[in-house]
Amino acid sequence: MTAASPHALQAPGASSPKAGWRRRGANTLQHSPRLSLWLLLAPPLLWFLLIYIGPLLGLLVQSVYTFDEFSMTVSRELTLANLQQLFTNASLVDIAVRSITMALAVTLACIALGYPVAYYMARHARGGAKGALYVAVMVPMWASYIVKAYAWTVILASDGIATWALDRLGLGGALATVLGLPLIGGNTLSTSHLGRFIVFTYMWLPFMILPIQASIERIAPNLLLASADLGGGPLRTLWHVVLPLSVPGIAAGATFTFCLTFGDFIIPGLVGPAGDFLGTAVYRYQGAIGNMPMAAALTLIPIVVIGAWLWLARRLGAFDAL
Amino acid sequence: MSTGTAPAIELTDVARHYGSVHAVNNVSFGVRPGEFFAMLGPSGSGKTTCLRLIAGFEQPSRGTVRLAGTDMTGVPPYERDVNTVFQDYALFPHLNVLDNIAYGLRMRGVDAAERRRRAQEALELVALEPFGERRPSQLSGGQRQRVALARAVVNRPKVLLLDEPLGALDLRLREQMQTELKRLHRKLGISFVYVTHDQGEAMSMADRVAVFSNGRLEQVDSPQALYQRPATSFVAEFVGGSNVLRGDLAQSVGGRAGQPVAVRSEHLRVLSVQASVPDGHRVLSGVVSDLSFHGATTRIEVRVGAQSVHAALTNQEDGDLALPELGETVQVSWPAAATVQLQA
Repeated sequence: MTAASPHALQAPGASSPKAGWRRRGANTLQHSPRLSLWLLLAPPLLWFLLIYIGPLLGLLVQSVYTFDEFSMTVSRELTLANLQQLFTNASLVDIAVRSITMALAVTLACIALGYPVAYYMARHARGGAKGALYVAVMVPMWASYIVKAYAWTVILASDGIATWALDRLGLGGALATVLGLPLIGGNTLSTSHLGRFIVFTYMWLPFMILPIQASIERIAPNLLLASADLGGGPLRTLWHVVLPLSVPGIAAGATFTFCLTFGDFIIPGLVGPAGDFLGTAVYRYQGAIGNMPMAAALTLIPIVVIGAWLWLARRLGAFDAL
Repeated sequence: MSTGTAPAIELTDVARHYGSVHAVNNVSFGVRPGEFFAMLGPSGSGKTTCLRLIAGFEQPSRGTVRLAGTDMTGVPPYERDVNTVFQDYALFPHLNVLDNIAYGLRMRGVDAAERRRRAQEALELVALEPFGERRPSQLSGGQRQRVALARAVVNRPKVLLLDEPLGALDLRLREQMQTELKRLHRKLGISFVYVTHDQGEAMSMADRVAVFSNGRLEQVDSPQALYQRPATSFVAEFVGGSNVLRGDLAQSVGGRAGQPVAVRSEHLRVLSVQASVPDGHRVLSGVVSDLSFHGATTRIEVRVGAQSVHAALTNQEDGDLALPELGETVQVSWPAAATVQLQA
């Protein structure tokens, strides 16, 4: 082994017994990249399989177990009834539609609100202003998520500061009109879909801003000069160059905001109208009722929807430029 | 000034400062319509800043830039009738080659069919027809260079700005592209403004060369004039590789007081101390400090006091040149008429 090594000739001291085994080991690794690769990958792969894939498969297997409503127990009798219910049970379909709609709306709102902020941070803010913006975006993420959600219930309550401020601005009538609208309205802001949408958007906005900002920052300045040189004014450059090249950032941000909204079970319990959200339904089936098979079946919805979203994002080329 | 006879580009007393750094200082020159104009200088000499001022990426701190007689102060790049070929090509990675080329036409509102036709035409001009559907990342450096060229000329600008366009290519490809750029220039008949730090490239391609140093314009002239009649010691050394003699030495060979003179190395002869110097020749004596073979010539370095001069002797096919020995004391002579008086 040592004789075959090209380094052996250059290093006569290598034959000393102390250095011998270390050198042999290093040589072995050097000459078989496959072995070093597996040594590197084994711990994370093991972690991934044991902590991630394993339990997920376990969960999915449970979705075909039977739940006996009389004895409130789970038996290992296999059935497709739970999965069937996802499509036939109107209230479950409702929950899925409500959750998906909210996740989409929140995602679109985060893109609309976050993109200008991210663009400003990446292309215009300098020095102190840039640092201040980073802090402004990040600091809310340091505060406890539950505290923030509770704070919003106070802000949005019928006698809360949101209603009070709107009244003072003479917009009380407008608020009443908006709350009177079907689908988004409700008795008060804190019990309306609109209120829930506001809290979700507030909560996940930083997760949209940061990836978009990073993707805009990666665009070579010369590309913007080239666009201007070829006759593209600022708006056309934004539309034809900056926007397409920041699609990976938008896709990453949208993945965050969509998934976080879709699976959340705290905010729907605190803000918004009665009626389950996907997360609260899973929580209720699994916790209050103990119907693990139904809870497991419900988790199939986010797996399928998010899988479809990732497939679509890939088809749109969102990951090409990564 | 009527636009018919106006220079394609005219810079008047232009300065560009970044804080206390003077990137360009009091620069004035004009580029004629249809001219191949090179801006030559080492990095940091201000040539690229001048290009950016013409393109409109930067505004001058002082002075005016005129394009075809019109003052461009405050006019953004997207309203100027010039196009740029960037050093790093700056191709749009999300667009294929044809869409990259058609980008300028699209910005100008040319309809899709016309866009495609003209982009195809430009693609043929740079001999890349089969690559229209590829992404820039799927092309080699030389091919990207051609796409960048096609993307600029498809807009039929009055002036094409080229920022060290061949800097990233290897030697063979660079020579090939030099020929191709000259062919393109003749065919299009528009002004080319070509930034480079390679004096050989500037001299072989351009009709006129502007030599920059430390943000100032040293000289604007034809390559022949720059070579034979450099105005300053910087031009003499950077462009021609001339010998520049300074101080007393310069005066001893007929220079004006306090100003340097230049002598081209191929005008120098190296003679033994006993040899007689022909009439009308200047002469210096010194010690041979280096000899090196360069194919067609042999270069001899001679120390004269604290300065040194290089002589380039043409090698003979048969028999060897009577070369001096290293360390030998020799006379260096040249015809007095070959001495060029420099300004500084």
